Amino acid sequence: MYDVLIIGSGVAGLSAAIEAKQNGANVLVVSKTAITACGSSQAQGGINFAIDSEDEVELHMKDTLKSSQGLGKKEHIEKLCKLSLDSLSWLDNMGVVFSKLEDGNFAQRRLGGSSKKRACYASDYTGLKIVHTLYDKAVSSGVEFLSEYMLLNMIVEDRCCYGATLLDIKTTTVKEILAKSTVLATGGYSGLFEGFTTNSYAVTGDGIAAAFRAGARLTNMEFVQFHPTALKEKNILLSESARAEGGYLLDAKGERFVDELQSRDVVARAVFEKLKEGDVYLDVRHLGSHKINELLPQEVAIASNFASIDITKEPIPINPAAHYSMGGIKIDEECKTNIKNLFACGECADALVHGANRLGGNSLLEGVVFGRIAGEISVKESHKNNSTISSQTKQFLSDSVFINGVFGFSNQIDFYEKRNFMGKIFYKNIGLFRTDLNMKAVLSQIRQWQKEFSFMGISDKGRVYNTNLVEFIEFGNMLELSEIVVVSAISRCESRGSHFRIDYPQSHESFEKISVASRVEGILAVDFGDVK
Amino acid sequence: MKITIQRASEQVFEIPDAKYTVLEALRYIKINMDRTLTFNQGCRSGVCGSCACTVDGKEVLACKTFLQDNQKIEPLKNVEVIKDLVVSKDKIGQNIQKYKTTVIQNSQKMATLQDVKKIDVQSNCILCQSCYSSCPVFAVNKEFAGPYILSRVFRYANDIKESNQKEHIDSVQTNGVWDCTLCGNCTLVCPEHLDPKSDIQSLRNMSAVHGYMDPNFANMSFGGDMDFTGNQSGFGFNPNF
Repeated sequence: MYDVLIIGSGVAGLSAAIEAKQNGANVLVVSKTAITACGSSQAQGGINFAIDSEDEVELHMKDTLKSSQGLGKKEHIEKLCKLSLDSLSWLDNMGVVFSKLEDGNFAQRRLGGSSKKRACYASDYTGLKIVHTLYDKAVSSGVEFLSEYMLLNMIVEDRCCYGATLLDIKTTTVKEILAKSTVLATGGYSGLFEGFTTNSYAVTGDGIAAAFRAGARLTNMEFVQFHPTALKEKNILLSESARAEGGYLLDAKGERFVDELQSRDVVARAVFEKLKEGDVYLDVRHLGSHKINELLPQEVAIASNFASIDITKEPIPINPAAHYSMGGIKIDEECKTNIKNLFACGECADALVHGANRLGGNSLLEGVVFGRIAGEISVKESHKNNSTISSQTKQFLSDSVFINGVFGFSNQIDFYEKRNFMGKIFYKNIGLFRTDLNMKAVLSQIRQWQKEFSFMGISDKGRVYNTNLVEFIEFGNMLELSEIVVVSAISRCESRGSHFRIDYPQSHESFEKISVASRVEGILAVDFGDVK
Repeated sequence: MKITIQRASEQVFEIPDAKYTVLEALRYIKINMDRTLTFNQGCRSGVCGSCACTVDGKEVLACKTFLQDNQKIEPLKNVEVIKDLVVSKDKIGQNIQKYKTTVIQNSQKMATLQDVKKIDVQSNCILCQSCYSSCPVFAVNKEFAGPYILSRVFRYANDIKESNQKEHIDSVQTNGVWDCTLCGNCTLVCPEHLDPKSDIQSLRNMSAVHGYMDPNFANMSFGGDMDFTGNQSGFGFNPNF
């Protein structure tokens, strides 16, 4: 039995692992993909650190709180901002290659919604460099890793978590891994917008769905952040750093139409509206090729590789794309969920720091700060935990039966077609502009698919690295989460942050609350609770 | 257009003419023609390293390579093939552990702009294993450390934060820097534009500073009793001489 089992190997999971290991625990990290093939690796623009002056922490808190539009919890935001400086030295000492200025200070850029330059960066490979440095550190510290193990379910009995069941993808066998503390760090659910998201194909919310099945509460699931600038149709992220360094957004006539550094929700909606009149472009030409090549190397490479565009000479066609899930598993400031010995951190959790709209540069920071807290607290709690469970748990047995059963599913209905269609109807109806009528139509479609799930299935019956099976299980999780996102969005009859309702275009004080989804006697229920 | 995929045996698929990336073509085949086709995919933007394979023998990331008619897609070489285009990644973690690619002893120094530039590109490695696949040394030495791990060792050995450069250099003396033939294949195929060949050369220079010499050189026999340095033991160059 492990002291700490961590599921997910992005910035949050790896930070938790290093911290737990340094607190003396034996730690296992499992990942559905290769260890470093995580969403964090895709984060480009930067990570906020309040380093400049004494009042900088206050300002960072103020910006974050403002951006959250009333749904950020002050105490949690305070923790995030106050611990940022310590996180910077933690990463810096580990060897993360942050960009520097001539005078040796950390280079910082201003991202949308921030009142000043606050985001440190590592050219525009910020997430990638952090992830790889953390991985190196974790391996060298003796953290154990299992890659290509997909989470199936949490092992929970009497509201206490004992680990998880996983699918060993290489051999198609169900394994149970028992642990005194289990930390979920599995990323968000932007994959519901398949074909319209900057995220990896792997970001299907498996951890959030498993936690929900185990009885965890999910909060603010209706809030999904759209990034204003993804490469047109390819939906590859063009970092906010381009606008931070002075890039313009232009309409089809070549005119600017929005203050490029407003918060992401505002800019994304403006771009979406403009797209009705023709293409919209991100233009950095006026920055000059020296600055572009120096500060935006990844944008240069992306535009050139995927659209054959030289960004020093041409503007880049863009569209908004689903980018980040603000909602997730409800946690307290110690990353505890409402299930004993189950913790969550990073994008899969809702630490109530982003609220209705995340500030650029705060996601990596949240991953590091709350990842480390999850690591530390999960070890502390594991010492208190004397409860034991014998192997061959009920969950393990039922999941083994289920996986074998999938091979016998009739496969009359093609789930790939549905998965693709879900992305489309989500982008159109659960995206930047929402209405009651449209969302209810989506909901009935999802519920129909839920009923049909056992008539879907797999046609690859092989037992070695069956990605057809993996994608089918992912789709099951997507069906579970999509319903929750839609019901939460229908229930919030107002507009706030990333959640914009055409039928309720104003925000209402009565909704300055967090939505809380739970399952009561098998029925999905969404209530509203106080942020405090 | 036609695309040939090396699976258990070679298989040819005929797909509609269009401008695809290799990954888009693979996804098209999986979703519309053959659900058993197996490959890894992830970020679609060239940073996760999942989709590396070879196209007409050259290592590429499938997500950022455009497909041309009649091309042949194969799994990476020099790594265990698990199924179709999926290869084992197990060696990566083992290598990182073995070669201890991390800051071993913190110097507490602050990095300057110049310090950062020295290791900026080296820290962009995405562990896609393309360089391993392209490396000819594995044909003769399966124990060779290989390009990405040597670039990674160099990245930490050359980091101002590291005060124990020697331990990094010590770790790459056997089956390491001296086994490379400097053919430069790794540099040509790296999707993130690392230059492992030059990193390995830099590591050799560092090795010399730490008192190591090229064992190939040392073992070379020129039939005479004397070498350039006047040593009797062979064609060796002692930097401390």
